[in-house]
Amino acid sequence: METRAIDWWVGIFVLLGIAALVVLALRVGNLSGFAYDSGYVLHADFTNVGSLKTRSPVKIGGVTIGEVTHIGMNPKTYMANVTMRIEPSIKLPIDTGASIYTQGLLGEQYIAIQPGGMPQNLKPGATITMTQGAVNIDQMIGQMVFSKAAGSSKSSGSQ
Amino acid sequence: MAMLEFIPQLGRRALQTVPGLGVASRFLLSSLLSVFNRHFSFQQLFRQIYGFGVRSLILMVVAAFFTGMVLGFQGYYALVRFGATSALGTLIALSLLRELGPVLTALLFAGRAGSALTAEISSMKATEQLSAMEMMAVNPLAWVVAPRLWAGIISVPILCAIFDLVGIFGGYLISVPVLGVDGGTFWAQMQSNVTFSGDILTGLFKALCFGVVVTWIAAWKGYTARPTAEGVGNATTLSVVTASLTVLGLDFILTALLFS
Repeated sequence: METRAIDWWVGIFVLLGIAALVVLALRVGNLSGFAYDSGYVLHADFTNVGSLKTRSPVKIGGVTIGEVTHIGMNPKTYMANVTMRIEPSIKLPIDTGASIYTQGLLGEQYIAIQPGGMPQNLKPGATITMTQGAVNIDQMIGQMVFSKAAGSSKSSGSQ
Repeated sequence: MAMLEFIPQLGRRALQTVPGLGVASRFLLSSLLSVFNRHFSFQQLFRQIYGFGVRSLILMVVAAFFTGMVLGFQGYYALVRFGATSALGTLIALSLLRELGPVLTALLFAGRAGSALTAEISSMKATEQLSAMEMMAVNPLAWVVAPRLWAGIISVPILCAIFDLVGIFGGYLISVPVLGVDGGTFWAQMQSNVTFSGDILTGLFKALCFGVVVTWIAAWKGYTARPTAEGVGNATTLSVVTASLTVLGLDFILTALLFS
């Protein structure tokens, strides 16, 4: 084969490899997450974050408006401190609440934001105070079984 | 009596293998470093990348496409019992990026290009072309071996990236239009669970290691083949078998090191 043609083919081959890597990075690996880099930061303290991870989505009404950037521990209150980045166009009132929900029964966890009604907005870096942590299914089942057992023993005792 | 023969033979084997490995390592290093030799030609390197990489492309694409589609079917079959088909995208992407992509690329590469490399070098040896080069003061490591080694090392990661991408696309085609998994969930779950450095780059690093190992074994088997017609045949078979087994064994070690 002619040398020039080989050079062309090798060039195309290398370009294909780079293109594949770029598509993998953006489409599969979500390096495009830098879309939220321009967003502003909010904090929220939860009693329990469950299996929330960095990069977990932050949503309002099911629409993703940001992502979790950091999960830490507040050494004074022993609460889990979640830092998130919110799209700059979304302004949240100061009485906004945040909860951790699960997508489906076994799906990933995300932060659901319930916007409040106050006229003032949360400033960048502010902390959301009205929070509801992740629901621990093990604990819930435990409580249910325990209350059932307590109820049945009470009813058998009265008879 | 056979037992008594066997034990010293084992020792002799070991005594042959260990220095053999040392010689093979020196062979690898001096070949790789001979890019600085004046007999190394980039023309040759490009020619080999064309032969190894570009001409393996169709094989890789077809293999990746079917691998991805099968992963889609099998993953769906397992996940639908738990109502967790939303994790299908993650399953396909992680299996391909971390294990199947690098390993299958390397195995196919060993069969497609490694065998040809061994046959080429060993028949050059059998027809005394390598000795002729030495007579003409041309370093056969720089002229013949180095471009082929480098071509393999450059080609395998590129092929692996293409394999990963095509495989994921094949998995998507089965999952979303055929099996009816929600397309948005498929990509979103994949994106939130695949990391660029942890999964994609580590997979490609694996492919790079396999590229070195496969071409090294192929070149070494060719270079040390007995210079007969039978020797060429044996060397080619041994090259593919050894390279495949080494890739599988090395994959286990790399997975334990990189992903633990």
